[in-house]
Amino acid sequence: MQITSQDFKRVSSLKLTDPQLQKAMGNAKGKLVVTRARSILELDNFEDIREAAARIRDFGLQHMDVLLEEWERNATAAGTIVHWVESPQDVNAKVIEIARNHGVRKIIKSKSMLGEETNLNHALEDAGLDVRETDLGEYIIQQSGETPSHIIAPAVHKSKEDVADLFAEKHGRRRLTDIAALTHEAREILRPHFLDADMGISGANFIVAETGSTMIVTNEGNGRMTTTMPRVHVAITGIEKIIPTLEDVSMILRLLTRSATGQSISNYLSFTTGPKRDADKDGPGEFHVIIVDAGRTRILGSEMREALRCIRCGACMNHCPVYQNIGGHAYGWVYPGPIGSILTPSFIGLENAIDLPNAATLCNQCGVVCPVKIPLPDLMRKLREKQVERGLRPWTERLGLRLWAWAATRPAIYSLLTRIGARIGKIAGGSDGVLHKLPPGGAGWTSGRDFPAPKGKTFRELYARRPVAGKGAKS
Amino acid sequence: MKVGLFVTCLVDLMRPNIGFCALRLLESAGCEVVVPADQTCCGQPGYNSGDRKAAQALARKVIEEFDACEYVVVPSGSCSGMIRAHYPELLAEFPDLRAKAEALAGKTYELTDFLQNMVRLDRVPGKFSGTVTYHDSCSGLREMGVKSQPRALLAKVAGLSVREMQQPEQCCGFGGTFAVKYGDISSRIADLKCEDVLSTGADALVLGDLGCMLNIEGRLRRRGDNNTRVLHVAEVLAGELPQD
Repeated sequence: MQITSQDFKRVSSLKLTDPQLQKAMGNAKGKLVVTRARSILELDNFEDIREAAARIRDFGLQHMDVLLEEWERNATAAGTIVHWVESPQDVNAKVIEIARNHGVRKIIKSKSMLGEETNLNHALEDAGLDVRETDLGEYIIQQSGETPSHIIAPAVHKSKEDVADLFAEKHGRRRLTDIAALTHEAREILRPHFLDADMGISGANFIVAETGSTMIVTNEGNGRMTTTMPRVHVAITGIEKIIPTLEDVSMILRLLTRSATGQSISNYLSFTTGPKRDADKDGPGEFHVIIVDAGRTRILGSEMREALRCIRCGACMNHCPVYQNIGGHAYGWVYPGPIGSILTPSFIGLENAIDLPNAATLCNQCGVVCPVKIPLPDLMRKLREKQVERGLRPWTERLGLRLWAWAATRPAIYSLLTRIGARIGKIAGGSDGVLHKLPPGGAGWTSGRDFPAPKGKTFRELYARRPVAGKGAKS
Repeated sequence: MKVGLFVTCLVDLMRPNIGFCALRLLESAGCEVVVPADQTCCGQPGYNSGDRKAAQALARKVIEEFDACEYVVVPSGSCSGMIRAHYPELLAEFPDLRAKAEALAGKTYELTDFLQNMVRLDRVPGKFSGTVTYHDSCSGLREMGVKSQPRALLAKVAGLSVREMQQPEQCCGFGGTFAVKYGDISSRIADLKCEDVLSTGADALVLGDLGCMLNIEGRLRRRGDNNTRVLHVAEVLAGELPQD
């Protein structure tokens, strides 16, 4: 996907005043927060399960080498053809190679965020292949020529009216506005493609070492058709998706669907273990799995390692006050919201996503809902430290911090400066008691707010003059 | 009980009254309160801006200043959270300081948590005729577990009733330097908080953190609302509201 993370400031400002986006985000706002909150009450030991899930994910990361080899043995034994791929470009090249080997012309695709990382659709189209997204949200995005703005609800930035306009234009049919009718229309359009596609592509939520399976968690049924109907199937997935056992998968699933959509369980859970067997009624004749690094081992060896626990539920962005107001596109790459603010700089380089770790209030609403306990604010703060270490922050900010620290560690000077500041601030506040405009360093504050003025004297000077009779007035 | 009061840099500079209210509450509970004269800042602005060295220098200073105190009480969720939740990690690379940081973390309390759970205040001096709504500041809530304590204390204030917001736990958008670096996003989030506050019809918004206080008050005033008061919980409990 084209990287526009460096435009975060400009784009986020535009998003705040984009009526269509604000309408769509307003409709969505809070829904997934409420459904999640309700569904986790079904579990009387939610916190224990979170802890267990975090341990399972850590175990997978810790023993990734051994587990991936176990997975490969079991997958190969079931007839799966396994490919190990290092770079994003090689992923696309491998998919195209498989397509060419099988004389593929039409491909149907179930949702894959890794495919967004590698820009797969464009590569396939450039290779002359016809690619159809079949997840409803992804289908909408493909029709509108956009990118996903959320990892599980890719079209959350669009209202149903936006979709109604889009479908009327692209399908050349009467404009429908009822959600069920729009869904039915998309289904009618997609059905023939399911039936005559030569190849299916899916991602994987997890790959299971003990069985050699890939698995996807879906609600629409398109995933199951994509993995079973075409004669060739290719699943692409990152190395970090490894889970030791089915028992572990079931533990994590209790959290995944509840954290994502507030469902106790999704409509479909599809496990794929090898191609169609003789006795099977359906399934692909050939099943390929492409296991992808694309920067993951580098993250594994970094301080951002805990971010690889992510099970892609989207709860962090659903609960993020920043994401809720600007949507996902401003983040400028595949993964938006808090997890994106860590993954994006980790994948594409800290210097290419300067704003992301800083564009957060560190409120930790994300950290407390993350089902695998990724310490998201702590990781963002570490990235901020790396930016300072690498000199990536503006010199004015660095100088400001230096001066502040210099003064704050010198109490006499600090006292003098704050006394001056309190006095000037009070005068500037006038009778309103607020400043309407701060000087350049603080102008961002007063662009949308007043700044309540200080009261003229500091606590320390008033306390020093406190009558000695007061109890315990020593220092 | 020998209690060190860490007033915080924002109270010192912006709202000294809050420091005196905290002092009065602690003294009325029978604490012997010490206010180290050279205190400045906990280091949080540096810590959250990635300037680890600056934060370490200030953490070192705070540790020394409050070394002799039995308890340290802070009228702020985020500054107490900085000490309790972050100092041990911040100073992890200095073996000599790590133990001291952990000791300080273990004896540091947010003001309402200390008043409710440690000294078990059963009466408060404050009186307030009207309705208030309480905003749960992020660090207080999620780092210090401050949720029921201020409400339990406010219930002891004569004449006061609390009416909850729809989302009292939603961030107000302050975020330290975030409020300046991303002023328009921050203002938008603050605006939504204002809507929630106003929908309660409360006479005052009460909270326990200066950052959120300046942020929400600033947005209310910019919206043209000069009636809704924004008060620190210590001011309401002590019954010493600022004179405007």
